[in-house]
Amino acid sequence: MDNIFSAFSNRRRVLEALNNIHRKRIPAAKPCPSCGQAVAKNALHLCPKCGHHYAISARLRLDRLLDEGSVTLFEDIPSRDPLDFPGYGEKLSLMRTKTGLNDAYCVREGAIAGRRVVAAALEPEFMMGSMGTAVGEAVTRAIERAHKSGLPLIIFSASGGARMQEGMFSLMQMAKTAAALRAFSDGGGLFISILTNPTTGGVTASFASLGDIILAEPDALIGFAGPRVIEQTIGAKLPEGFQRAEFQLAHGFVDAIVPRGEMRGAIARLLKLHPETEAAK
Amino acid sequence: MSNESNKARTAPRAHERVKAARKPDRPRVGAYISDLFDDFFEIHGDRLFGDDAAMLCGIAAFEGRPVTVAGSVKGTDLDSNIARNFGMASPDGYRKFQRAIKQAEKFGRPVVTFIDTPGASPTATAEERGQGEAIARCLFELSGLKTPVIAVFTGEGGSGGALALGLADSVIMLENAIYSVLSPEGFASILWKDASRAEEAAEVMKLTAEDLRGFGMADAIVREPHGGAGANRPALMRALRPVLRRALNELCALDTETLLAQRYKKYRKF
Repeated sequence: MDNIFSAFSNRRRVLEALNNIHRKRIPAAKPCPSCGQAVAKNALHLCPKCGHHYAISARLRLDRLLDEGSVTLFEDIPSRDPLDFPGYGEKLSLMRTKTGLNDAYCVREGAIAGRRVVAAALEPEFMMGSMGTAVGEAVTRAIERAHKSGLPLIIFSASGGARMQEGMFSLMQMAKTAAALRAFSDGGGLFISILTNPTTGGVTASFASLGDIILAEPDALIGFAGPRVIEQTIGAKLPEGFQRAEFQLAHGFVDAIVPRGEMRGAIARLLKLHPETEAAK
Repeated sequence: MSNESNKARTAPRAHERVKAARKPDRPRVGAYISDLFDDFFEIHGDRLFGDDAAMLCGIAAFEGRPVTVAGSVKGTDLDSNIARNFGMASPDGYRKFQRAIKQAEKFGRPVVTFIDTPGASPTATAEERGQGEAIARCLFELSGLKTPVIAVFTGEGGSGGALALGLADSVIMLENAIYSVLSPEGFASILWKDASRAEEAAEVMKLTAEDLRGFGMADAIVREPHGGAGANRPALMRALRPVLRRALNELCALDTETLLAQRYKKYRKF
């Protein structure tokens, strides 16, 4: 019986595989959550029909932002497990394998249209981009690097907030990154903060909100408390669009909403308006 | 270190500390101000939107020295707790605090904060007015403030809402005060999808004053009288006063550059 079934299912798999080859191996696209059309996302992870912004990996984001030849930094920062939290070590190894990243960050030094910058992005696939010691340390080193070299700093946030598994050490990353930004800012450094879906909790309440210029991707959820927590607190449903990028723009917390396809150009224009520092030359 | 392990055998468990930290008889910020300071003058409003009753800010004298004092305010019964939003500040409160500390810097006054809050207010109106930005800006201002900052954790130190007043040169914790990334209920609910496991969460979160001193996140612990902070207020204040005095004297003796470099290093190491 077993054999007959497995032979049958194998046969079916072979047929499906052949069928896919026949159809040039295009896997069936899932319907877009915004427009419902079943089309594959494009190279920038956008819906080609309606422009819906799908999640994009930190590395791909920086690939699309920076000129060729950028250098990846700080890949060796260890994560801490100060609470000896059951299963956290295994979870970290699993995430490292899955994303190919050391933790939920990618930092690079490179150029945008020839202008040198330090750029970082948080990785939404790595424990929801949550900020523990490794992420906080990477962000802080990126800030310090930009400070020392007199380079503009660009950070794409995508984070569920503080990483619970590291307890108070995660909370301290808020203080650490904010303090580094204060020193950078006092030194005249330019920080462009880009809020992407989602940017919440301790990341919103620290470095992400401290940009000289704050940009957001369309429809990104941006807030301190998450919508579910607020709904539980106030005992009511939140209106459509609450805490989205457009809402934050209307409430004065974002300078501009920039679609992903226009991000590199928008940042390049902003950089032009901030002349290169002596230290960077 | 052997001293610590001896203590661990007799010390209350973490979830009992959480209970003690939340006891309604604990002194509120007003009690600390009236018992330890003179000539308190309360300032009101953020000059932007409103005046948050969950945040108290003002000027006072500590043993003759003018200081800026601030703190989250819990009520003592249901009515006053509703009026004070259970000690959960709104962006208006954090911005009033920013105004207070910038004034402290202008007039060369040290800042003393008293922290007892479940966290920042998680409401729709708080979000509309930028709760995240308000907290971030407190951290930004505190980390570069040119006068000493002393934080006293007197009860609950909940998350970013506590850190917004807690980034300091010297962090003093009362023996039963707690300080955590999230409430044990929230922690259990996020990691175990079960808020009822809060006691278990408290045990793993390392949120007691002893834990935090071990991490270097608290600098001094003030022993509470038998029965807790609320059981004998004069004894508590007698224990706290010299610790506060020592911190103020030490920090006020530093030149600005050293003070700021020390503060940066203190948080950089995490």
